[in-house]
Amino acid sequence: MSGGSLETVVRSKDVVVCAGSGGVGKTTTSAAIAAGMAARGNKVIVLTIDPARRLADALGLPAVGNEECRVAPERLERAGLDGNTSGELWAMTLDAKRTFDELVERNAPDAATRDAVLGNSIYRQLSNAVAGSQEYMAMEKLYELHQSGRYDLVVLDTPPSRNALDFLEAPGRLTRFVDSRSLAFFRASGGVGLGLFGRGAGALFAVLKRATGLDLLHDLADFFNAFGGMAQGFRDRAQSVEALLRDQRSVFLLITAPRAAAISEAGFFHDRLVELDIPLGGVVVNRVRRRVNVSTGQALEDALSVCLDPQLARKVSRNTDDHNRLADRDAENVERLVKQVGTTPTFIVPQLSGDVHELEALATMAKCLLRS
Amino acid sequence: MPHSLATVRALLDRRLIFVTGKGGVGKTTVSAALGLVAARAGKRVLVCEVAAQERITAAFGLPPTGFEEVEIEPGLHAFSANPDDSIREWLYYQLRSRTLAGLVSGNRIFGYLAAAAPGLAELVTIGKLWELAQIERKTPKSAPYDLVIVDAPATGHGLALLQAPQTFGEIARVGPIHRQAETIHAFIRDPTATAVVAVTLPEEMPVSETIDLERRLDGALAMPLERVFVNAVLSERLTAKDVEVLEDTSGGSAQVRRAIGASLAAYETTRAQRTQLARLRRTLAAKAVTLPHLLTPDVERPDLDRLAGALERKL
Repeated sequence: MSGGSLETVVRSKDVVVCAGSGGVGKTTTSAAIAAGMAARGNKVIVLTIDPARRLADALGLPAVGNEECRVAPERLERAGLDGNTSGELWAMTLDAKRTFDELVERNAPDAATRDAVLGNSIYRQLSNAVAGSQEYMAMEKLYELHQSGRYDLVVLDTPPSRNALDFLEAPGRLTRFVDSRSLAFFRASGGVGLGLFGRGAGALFAVLKRATGLDLLHDLADFFNAFGGMAQGFRDRAQSVEALLRDQRSVFLLITAPRAAAISEAGFFHDRLVELDIPLGGVVVNRVRRRVNVSTGQALEDALSVCLDPQLARKVSRNTDDHNRLADRDAENVERLVKQVGTTPTFIVPQLSGDVHELEALATMAKCLLRS
Repeated sequence: MPHSLATVRALLDRRLIFVTGKGGVGKTTVSAALGLVAARAGKRVLVCEVAAQERITAAFGLPPTGFEEVEIEPGLHAFSANPDDSIREWLYYQLRSRTLAGLVSGNRIFGYLAAAAPGLAELVTIGKLWELAQIERKTPKSAPYDLVIVDAPATGHGLALLQAPQTFGEIARVGPIHRQAETIHAFIRDPTATAVVAVTLPEEMPVSETIDLERRLDGALAMPLERVFVNAVLSERLTAKDVEVLEDTSGGSAQVRRAIGASLAAYETTRAQRTQLARLRRTLAAKAVTLPHLLTPDVERPDLDRLAGALERKL
């Protein structure tokens, strides 16, 4: 299934998650959907991870993260994104470290626990780690923004991960890490009662002790002791986030580009999302070149020679051939994807001339995607 | 360029090369092409993936290798590193017992720790990459490589991989992990042993990310970015004069107008590429080497040969 309007997919939703591999235009697509839905009279926020400087400038985003900023209505008006005046476009860049700190502050039973966790060296590594914590915190922030009730729609641009599905798995991994069962293991760091923690626990403790020294085990014990009171809060929260993502009000979009590798990855992610029973609204293919309808080779060159000198006619003919080769390549890749995703609708965004980091280009892209 | 022959030799004379860059720029393809160049120069080379996608062997039309070093062409080997196997192997070296190692790695708490402990997956992965690049290998019955090329994760994750030994050296203040982390860190920081190169595209975001990578590599590890490969550079046929003529051409059949339109659009694209390439060269300390756009549907063996040829000529 191909074509149709993405508007019908996102219209009734509260949350749109844009997933996909690197370099396929996730951030631009997220921003375009948010801008388009705002122009239709909704109050929308787009949560971006690492926007291009010029996109951030175009949206008027500050350099610091975690601040909800409204895109000035005059800017939207100038770009022709002002269809319905009751709409508002907001944007925010995620600051993962700060989101994690805020989560600790909210969950800590008292100031002493809060300070113990925030100052712990293991916590500092955990909250600064690229892998895992950024994905977890993007989900956390998404949930927070949705829960605030301030927006009709929250659009999330997912972090560039090694694996595009990391953001689904990271919250669970981190929750299990801070889970009380592993906490108790380190609390029993004297080694007494380790048998309770399953076969191999005694050997594990001995390995950790020998490999890392007791200092690290003490740091870990401190970390888990301080975290102990908060584990339940984290677990509950992770469950709520998961429930929201699987809710009728949420929809995932898979973003891709017509390059062979990106298409293969999109096919793989599509199957995984379906397997995981994630509500998938469609696949968006960005930057698809359209074939120019001309005759090929010598015939075109001859036609061009009527009004151009032979040398220039040859150059133009070859340029057109190159363009059509790329357009054919794109078409083949898109066809392969459409076959693989079966009933999931695909939305094609043609390659747009000009700078996609300007609001005008976002407006054009929004029109392509959301046209009725 | 006169300097290039000597410098590429210097690049391929390292023991370990990390190839990083923004997602979707062609890191795997460039890693494989560099591997071909080194193998053709008579080196025993290993190209190593860390994302478990096994795209290198796919480009050679071969089945996945998994956690096993496989010779895919004379002198050229492939391998796919993953944290799970790396950690099992590491445990075995620590405990010197398969039974104990199996017991520990099968423990539930160990599973939680290993999955989420910040940087642990990166540490064991880079530990394995380091092992592969040693002259004295730990792996039984293994022969040393002249060069190991790592098709590394995208920028942020690639940096996390390179920084993992430093981070762990700080967390574990004493003990074998501390010592091992220090040894690996020293090897990575040694400019005669290790090089970091980037792949990019002549487009705004990839160029910005490359500039950012060089800055962060210097800041976090005090390492230079050795070289940048600018992938998929389109060749320009039209001159500024041609463009003027085309813009002034009126009339002609519908298909002539469409062809001229497509040609002018292509000119805009190549001009935008030039602008980004110029910005990259202006801002970056590392040398930038351009690679041609392949204009093919998928990267296959002949394409790798073309790129390897371009690298041999340009480097």
